[in-house]
Amino acid sequence: MTGRIHSFESFGTVDGPGIRFVVFLQGCPLRCQYCHNPDTWKTGGKEYTAQEIAQRAWKYRNYFGEKGGVTVTGGEPLLQIDFVTELFTLLKEMGMHTCVDTSGFTFRANDVSCVEKHKKLLDVTDLVLLDIKHIDDEACKKLTGQSNENTLAFARFLSDNDTPVWIRQVLVPNITDNDDSLKRTRAFIDTLKTVERVEVLPYHTMGVVKYEKLGIEYPLQGVQAPSTERVENAKRILCGEGK
Amino acid sequence: MMQYKGWEGFVPGKWCNDEVDVRDFIQRNYTPYEGDGKFLAPATEATKKLWDIVCDLTKKELANGGVLNADTKIVSTLTSHDAGYLDKELEKIVGLQTDEPFKRALQPFGGIRMSEGALEMYGYKIDPNVKEIFTKYRKTHNEGVFDAYTPEMRAARSAHILTGLPDAYGRGRIIGDYRRVALYGVDYLIKKKEEDKLAINGDMTPEKVRNREEIADQIKALKGLKAMAASYGCDISRPAETAQEAIQALYFGYLGAIKDQNGAAMSIGRNTTFLDVYIERDLKKGLITEEQAQEFIDHFVMKLRIVKFMRTKEYNELFSGDPTWVTESIGGMGVDGRTLVTKTSFRILHTLDNLGPAPEPNLTVLWSKRLPVEFKRFCADLSIRTSSIQYESDELMRPEMGDDYAIACCVSCMRVGKDMQFFGARANLAKCLLYAINGGKDELMKDKQTGKPMQVSPEFTPISSNDALDFDEVCKKFDNMMTWLADLYVNTLNLIHYMHDKYSYEALEMSLHDTNVRRFFATGIAGLSCAADSLSAIKYAKVYPVRNEDGIVVDYRIEGEYPKYGNNDDRADELAVWILKTFMKKVKSHYTYRDSVPTTSILTITSNVVYGKKTGNTPDGRRGGTPLAPGANPMHGRDSNGALASLESVAKLPYEYSRDGISNTFSITPGSLGKDD
Repeated sequence: MTGRIHSFESFGTVDGPGIRFVVFLQGCPLRCQYCHNPDTWKTGGKEYTAQEIAQRAWKYRNYFGEKGGVTVTGGEPLLQIDFVTELFTLLKEMGMHTCVDTSGFTFRANDVSCVEKHKKLLDVTDLVLLDIKHIDDEACKKLTGQSNENTLAFARFLSDNDTPVWIRQVLVPNITDNDDSLKRTRAFIDTLKTVERVEVLPYHTMGVVKYEKLGIEYPLQGVQAPSTERVENAKRILCGEGK
Repeated sequence: MMQYKGWEGFVPGKWCNDEVDVRDFIQRNYTPYEGDGKFLAPATEATKKLWDIVCDLTKKELANGGVLNADTKIVSTLTSHDAGYLDKELEKIVGLQTDEPFKRALQPFGGIRMSEGALEMYGYKIDPNVKEIFTKYRKTHNEGVFDAYTPEMRAARSAHILTGLPDAYGRGRIIGDYRRVALYGVDYLIKKKEEDKLAINGDMTPEKVRNREEIADQIKALKGLKAMAASYGCDISRPAETAQEAIQALYFGYLGAIKDQNGAAMSIGRNTTFLDVYIERDLKKGLITEEQAQEFIDHFVMKLRIVKFMRTKEYNELFSGDPTWVTESIGGMGVDGRTLVTKTSFRILHTLDNLGPAPEPNLTVLWSKRLPVEFKRFCADLSIRTSSIQYESDELMRPEMGDDYAIACCVSCMRVGKDMQFFGARANLAKCLLYAINGGKDELMKDKQTGKPMQVSPEFTPISSNDALDFDEVCKKFDNMMTWLADLYVNTLNLIHYMHDKYSYEALEMSLHDTNVRRFFATGIAGLSCAADSLSAIKYAKVYPVRNEDGIVVDYRIEGEYPKYGNNDDRADELAVWILKTFMKKVKSHYTYRDSVPTTSILTITSNVVYGKKTGNTPDGRRGGTPLAPGANPMHGRDSNGALASLESVAKLPYEYSRDGISNTFSITPGSLGKDD
């Protein structure tokens, strides 16, 4: 089976533990206003087999140390869930740590075959980076164009399935950065059993040039990165004690 | 066994048994340090005051256009100038290149034109007597070289397929074992050199005559060094007796070298573990405190920070600044498994805190995974705060060089006092590939007489078809052109180094080497990644030549995609390896001056910009005049798979074919190295 790939990063240090080989998959159903990879939205990309990618990743095993491994991100990688499952199966056979960075959007709790697919993926997944876009459903729709229902359902599914999770929250002034939402997110996290870590990702404007190149209007024109104080505040609320 | 007061308390051994063996002394006497940096002392008041003086002079120098003062009359020798000071009362380590701080010395032995030109650029005029002496009565290295150059050498030089040749300036890159001055004292070193000279007898072949003459020059230099130290009221005829004396004597050795030579890189060696033995001895005896130990090191490093040479603006452009490459190699692991990190390794790095960050001296940590963890932490913390430490792989160099080597310039390693090298600039292999396509006619230069493209190599058959370039044909022609270039390059260097030895011999630096020194013949390569990508484009895409009215291929039209060096893609990376190995094998096939060992380096850290200016459009799509990549770097922006892929490509270049060093320039922001928590 082949996957549609946007690009590779051989020295990933911010998407999961340790040094990681990062695979960016092409295509995304969401249109997050702050997205810094709008070039991964459309379907397309270059096709690679899971075997080819596993071999590429294997070249960097000496750098992985005890914690590192492979992270699959995008785009929304689980649009190609069968491919990711095949890739992770291979990687696990080769002894590499597997991590997927997802919004959980593809998860449908009442669709048995969909749940089954996700279950199969989790069997070969060491860690899920789950991006909760917004805890408030209306705000989430505004921010991403989609409901947060699937994301939250997937979080609960991961918890029930004993899959380790890192919850990620992009901190955008006026959108996700208010104490009320942050506290609600924290309250939700507290209902989950397998959250190992909560990461606050401060919004940045480095993606803006990509919008210009692609000729897409940038929705957050003029929004600045959050202040250090606000980032610290969000970390205090979200990451809490001992997390 | 000799006995000196300076040796009291040291564990004896081979080093004091009628031998000069600094490594043996270190191994028997040093104290590895596995602890942290908490013991370090801040700058003293005297240090702060002295540093203020330096900062003030630096400001004045900048305001004055880059040079504060320059000697136009007195030719620099070991004893040419009276003692000079920043502030005599405060300095614990004394000695300046001239009689005033920031006054640049006149060093015309490499070439009088360079001296004259450099002075003029900064508004000074060379003394007419000096000019007369060095044009009428005393030949310089530069004049010697140009007397002997063949027309072909001159053409290759002006077309810049050979670039940066040390034919008008000091070749540098030689590191005296300055520790010997401290450990043995100059009289002992003179005695050993006299013995060596006596041993050269029998049939007086030119080789033997030269060796005898050189040793005589070395002995004179050692005597000069003693006199120079005496002018500062210091006696270095005998071994140093205290830590302060040891640092002072070592620095005098180095100061002698930079008074004698304005070399492209004047590195200082590997000194901290050695000096630590003296500091430890004084601390144990209660003669000094930690504050004083740090003060000695601070003042020593301050002197290394104000090393200055008089150079032309073109020279500075070539090196993007005014570097002196006072490289000091720190740490590493011993072959017996003990770390060579000592408290003085910490002390010298601590100068970055006490005096603030600085590019010189070029503090270079010899890195090993096995270095003490506290030292690694200390280095990492300092690097984050100051960006002023260079790291090199001890693991890679130690197997070949042992545990008492040092780095000259940026990556070139030699065993201290046992190896020297003939520095040889670079051959531009990207341009060589263009010559292969154009039959040795330069793509940019015109013949002055005919106005037609300049024929630099003998007339090889150019590529005549206008079809897409054929990979096998281009490779064959490139191979032939490299044969020509390697031959010309090696012989140009043979000639240059003959003249440098003859007219600008580094007598003092060589007096601090074993007489039977191993010599390296250090060639270099520029434009490797550009040449590799060009071959890859020809092989995997379609590259059509575009000709000018003279029929010269001056541009290339590329159809399709091709794999690029820097993405850990064997298809492209193997081409880079092939180029390196092919060129180096050709270099090795030639006679090299004084039976030196041929090596090569891929380390054009800054001069890649200037070399690129002189190289036309290349088949990889690079535009003429734009920079080549530095060192062994991939071409700018072509590595699209992240840092490790890029580094893996570079790491495929076999070190055994590039023993003089491979460099890869790599910038990274702290945030992209991961998260703190």
